[in-house]
Amino acid sequence: MGEFKVHRVRFFNYVPSGIRCVAYNNQSNRLAVSRTDGTVEIYNLSANYFQEKFFPGHESRATEALCWAKGQRLFSGGLNGEIIEYDLQALNIKYAMDAFGGPIWSMAVSPCGSQLLVGCEDGSVKLFQITPDKIQFERNFDRQKSRILSLSWHPSGTHIAAGSIDYISVFDVKSGSAVHKMLVDRQYMGVSKRKCIIWGVAFLSDGTVISVDSAGKVQFWDSATGTLVKNHLIANADVQSIAVSDQEDSFVVGTAEGTVFHFQLVSVTSNSSEKQWVRTKPFQHHTHDVRAVAHSPTALISGGTDTHLVIRPLMEKVEVKNYDAALRKITFPHRRLISCSKKRHLLLFQFAHHLELWRLGSTVATGKNGDTLPLSKDADHLLHLKTKGPENIICSCISPCGSWIAYSTTSRFFLYRLNYEHDNISLQRVSKMPAFLRSALQILFSEDSTKLFVASNQGSLHIIRLLEGSFKHLHTFQPQSGTVESMCLLAISPDGNWLAASGTSAGVHVYNIKHLKLHCTVPAYNFPVTALAIAPNTNNLVIAHSDQQPLPNDKTLLYNPLPPTNESDVIRRRTAHAFKISKIYKPLLFMDLLDERTLVAVERPLDDIIAQLPPPIKKKKFGT
Amino acid sequence: MAALEEEFTLSTVPLGAGPNGLLGVEQSDKTDQFLVTHGGRTVILYKVSDQKPLGSWSVKQGQIITCPAVCNFQTGEFIVVHDNKVLRIWNTEDVNLDKVFKATLSAEIYRIHSIQGTEPLVLFKEGAVRGLEALLAEPQQKIETVLSDDEVIKWTKVFMVFRHPVLIFITEKHGNHFAYIQTFSSRTLSKYTLFHGQEEKSVIQNFTASVDRKFISLMSLSSDGCVYETSIPIHPRDPDENQRVVRSLLLKTVVAGNARSGVALTVLDQDHVAVLGPPLPASKECLSIWNTKFQTLQTSRELPQGTSGQLWYFGENLFMLHGKFLTVIPYKCEVSSLAGALGKLKHSQDPGTHTVPHFVNWETSRGYGFGSQNSEQSKRILRRRKIEVNVPPPAFEQLLSTIKKDSEKDIEVELCKFLAVKRTPDFHTIVGDIVLELLGRHTTEPSFYPRNSLMQLIQTHVLSYSLCPGLMEAALEKTDVQMLQLCLQQFPDIPESITCACLKLFLSISDDSLQETEINMESVSDCSDPVQEKMDEQTEILQNGFNADEQNCDSCDRKLNQKPQDAAEETTSCPVVPKRAALLNAILHSAYSEMFLLPHLKDIPAQHVTLFLQYLYFLYLKCSENATMTLPGLHPPTLNQICICSELNKIEVSFRELQKLNQEKNNRELYSIEVLELF
Repeated sequence: MGEFKVHRVRFFNYVPSGIRCVAYNNQSNRLAVSRTDGTVEIYNLSANYFQEKFFPGHESRATEALCWAKGQRLFSGGLNGEIIEYDLQALNIKYAMDAFGGPIWSMAVSPCGSQLLVGCEDGSVKLFQITPDKIQFERNFDRQKSRILSLSWHPSGTHIAAGSIDYISVFDVKSGSAVHKMLVDRQYMGVSKRKCIIWGVAFLSDGTVISVDSAGKVQFWDSATGTLVKNHLIANADVQSIAVSDQEDSFVVGTAEGTVFHFQLVSVTSNSSEKQWVRTKPFQHHTHDVRAVAHSPTALISGGTDTHLVIRPLMEKVEVKNYDAALRKITFPHRRLISCSKKRHLLLFQFAHHLELWRLGSTVATGKNGDTLPLSKDADHLLHLKTKGPENIICSCISPCGSWIAYSTTSRFFLYRLNYEHDNISLQRVSKMPAFLRSALQILFSEDSTKLFVASNQGSLHIIRLLEGSFKHLHTFQPQSGTVESMCLLAISPDGNWLAASGTSAGVHVYNIKHLKLHCTVPAYNFPVTALAIAPNTNNLVIAHSDQQPLPNDKTLLYNPLPPTNESDVIRRRTAHAFKISKIYKPLLFMDLLDERTLVAVERPLDDIIAQLPPPIKKKKFGT
Repeated sequence: MAALEEEFTLSTVPLGAGPNGLLGVEQSDKTDQFLVTHGGRTVILYKVSDQKPLGSWSVKQGQIITCPAVCNFQTGEFIVVHDNKVLRIWNTEDVNLDKVFKATLSAEIYRIHSIQGTEPLVLFKEGAVRGLEALLAEPQQKIETVLSDDEVIKWTKVFMVFRHPVLIFITEKHGNHFAYIQTFSSRTLSKYTLFHGQEEKSVIQNFTASVDRKFISLMSLSSDGCVYETSIPIHPRDPDENQRVVRSLLLKTVVAGNARSGVALTVLDQDHVAVLGPPLPASKECLSIWNTKFQTLQTSRELPQGTSGQLWYFGENLFMLHGKFLTVIPYKCEVSSLAGALGKLKHSQDPGTHTVPHFVNWETSRGYGFGSQNSEQSKRILRRRKIEVNVPPPAFEQLLSTIKKDSEKDIEVELCKFLAVKRTPDFHTIVGDIVLELLGRHTTEPSFYPRNSLMQLIQTHVLSYSLCPGLMEAALEKTDVQMLQLCLQQFPDIPESITCACLKLFLSISDDSLQETEINMESVSDCSDPVQEKMDEQTEILQNGFNADEQNCDSCDRKLNQKPQDAAEETTSCPVVPKRAALLNAILHSAYSEMFLLPHLKDIPAQHVTLFLQYLYFLYLKCSENATMTLPGLHPPTLNQICICSELNKIEVSFRELQKLNQEKNNRELYSIEVLELF
């Protein structure tokens, strides 16, 4: 297919935020993940673990608890004391409500899904009724001495277990009073620690309460008598999370040493009916604290400070041996963080609270396959653009000519004009951007940099004409009646005539820009779209779906099936014969053609991310 | 680990205090029955487990018993000496000692010794020894004087060595000690001077001894509280010469140095001694069990009411005076074995199937002939000291003669007959000897390889490697993998070198020759199914949905329906044929210690090591995919297997580390322009 000069960029110093909570929804088979910067991501486990939605983070909104309620409603609670409900259609925050109990540490939805319980800093446990469009405070339970760090409902909904510091309380839901108080031993390896924090509790139908704590213990309590039944010391550090399967025959715990332990209820002997909890499998997929675990019917899910989301399928539960049976490690967001100005060889990197503009280096040398060419000019860091306010950047883009930079946060849309005078760059903000552009999910410039396309979270698509130092709103494609689904992906044809836009589940819409009307809609496919592109010259639309299977459609003419591709991971270049695969790169976040014979690849080696994390708890490894 | 059990009192009648209170405790010919001779006039026969007397006999007023009563094991009669010269012989039916057989001898008797396998031996105070039969034939015969003037016997004991009794007695003259060894096979008496060495000042207070084929190990407890050991050869090079033997320190300060009385020592088995006495000058008297090999105190029991410095050990019971009562403390000690020390002892899950212990003392089965039928008495005593021969079952003799000359077919027939007979407690030693006999003929007559008989014997489940050394070597020589597999499954104590030799053979044997052999496939029953193998899933790691480890990067002409897991299937199909897998599983299930295994593993050629590692990795994949953590096979999941999985986990980590080392080579610069050619 030919020879390329590849700019291998490893200076995108992106470090994902650590995972704080995970919540699994059985009905929709979706997983909600919250990160330490307040970002909440929704993964569709049926669609090959695709991250289909996300809510941008916010500096003051550290989520400490996350849970699903009836009707697939998602709630979170955080250190700012607010309960937040997310709108999964419009991808914004529906409302935030102060629980008036100080920072919220824990949260649990009742087994029927209509009541919400929060545990607060001041030791209160508050019960909320979930109404169709809001939540309503119902009452407080008996106030405890210190913060409530974990909560769990008995499956019948009559009792709850609440983990605090040094003890676990069992409450009667009807009366709101504590029935039992189970004191946890502070002793840790013979040494008395100052405090024993109950990081997690789980209430089983037979009345057993399982607790995990900062002394490295997994303990089984009889809630009827308030006595300790069994004790497993599993770690030298905190055990921070627990999740039980729906069948209550298996549960998973995560420790601060990065180990995840699987416990199973197994028969004592091969043919007896007496069963006991046995620690069966340890998994070491993390290097740092495992802050959150979840237990889907077929997999153990864990996440923590080392930023990876790990999905470990339970082989015995997987029936079809396909991709679902493989261990998944998801580190990077499934969306674009980098844009490129082909004309000026610029790269725009998007971070949570700032943007970086870099100019690629150059070389005059040539070489053969595999050679590293001597640089005549190294890459330059041109610009560091910090956002104002506590909100994270949702999306950003640099125009192909390199003269425009646009980005959006939840409340504002920013457009900048860049002027290049020799080596000096000046930046000028375009003021008075219309309010409807805020909360944009995707921004795209046309190839000739004269038009700006903005996909808003309300489902509409705005077209802005760019003039020297100003702009003009050209048109808005309104969503089709009855749908509010927001568009997440945009692609423009190189000739500027066609715009393809896709949401998370509906089909791909193709608009005619010349006539400003909808041209056609590619029918929806079972799996969400992960990447879109329109080929030059032929104007063929190429769609990649999350199942990594080829999907021929009326607009594409494919000679060969698509290989397993994802939007950022593989060099994708179609020819008349086949796809070419190169495997020399570290995890790729971006890949584009600068010209016919030049590629730019942005790699992010995992080791570099780990190097930037705080040091993990030291642990003796096998063979060292 | 040695342990003392709860003590109990045997006699309810208080005994006179001091050494005169109790003359001795001796075994009778019945298990659990002991003769207790009171100082003075009475002999009582006790049943120890019932703690009750079965009979009591007294001498007339004015007479005094001077030597403890013993039982003549050949006749079942009891013998006692009163007034130094008068022998009385009676049995349980007799009531009055006055009316029983009486023989008056011409010299004073020191002790009568009676042990199983020989007639009672009479030791006279002047050092002469006579068999009882010879004495009774001519009671007034002249008894010669062996000892010099002022030389007195302090202690004596008799052993059976190679079916002949050996008598030892220690004398003292002017503070010097002499040991005399009287053998009866060669009728020699040798004299040794016990050289005290450095500790001249200490006075020897008590003796005990054990025998180890060619040497008598004499232990003495000195007044400095230490135990010394002296090795005395049973058969001296020059019997006439007075030889000196030096004692060496065995245990330091087991009792308080200045203890005046109540100090006694007795050897329990080759590693353990029991010591009676106060451990500290001020403390009460104690019974302590010491391990001489590791110099450790195993257990001790305080005797607050004092004791007399007399200690007897028979079977599993220690007898001593506690206060004024004869007290019995049962003593238990696990047979210490290397396997036990290394944690290789297999604990059978259902005790019903194996009643015969896997581990037997090597000395019992070999060299000493066949153990006693009467083994219920005391296994430990028997192992160490009993050398008597009971008549083996006739089928056995028949079988041995058949093995010596007849054809393999005949041997099989005889063997079947023999195995059909009810098993005796020493069945395992007999089976071991049959195997040795068969192997003996195999070595002299290489064409003779009674495979079927050997297989049948292995399947009796009583054999171990140590019972029939040479069997696995012969099978290795014949590349008899089926027998090796059986041995690996059955024997708990295979040396690592043999395990390694088996591994080497199993890895190198050709598939063709495996095809012809019959191998137990139980351990691989579920991976032989090819359909199932197809179902093996890939277990590679995907990052962001992308399979980073996929190997065929430039396969341009991929089939339309070819899925990436095809590449992974390579690794999850078994790298060896099922028969070989079954053999390798037998190795993996056998007990071994890494320390001893590692030197031998080096001998295996690289390609075989690779194959073995591939198989281990395959097992690892098998284990991690399997919900119940079973290794391939029919057996139900056990925690053991989970442990195996965790071991394999470690192997996986090592593999990963190796892989990482490979990747380190990649450059780590932040920016570069490279040339990439895509074909």
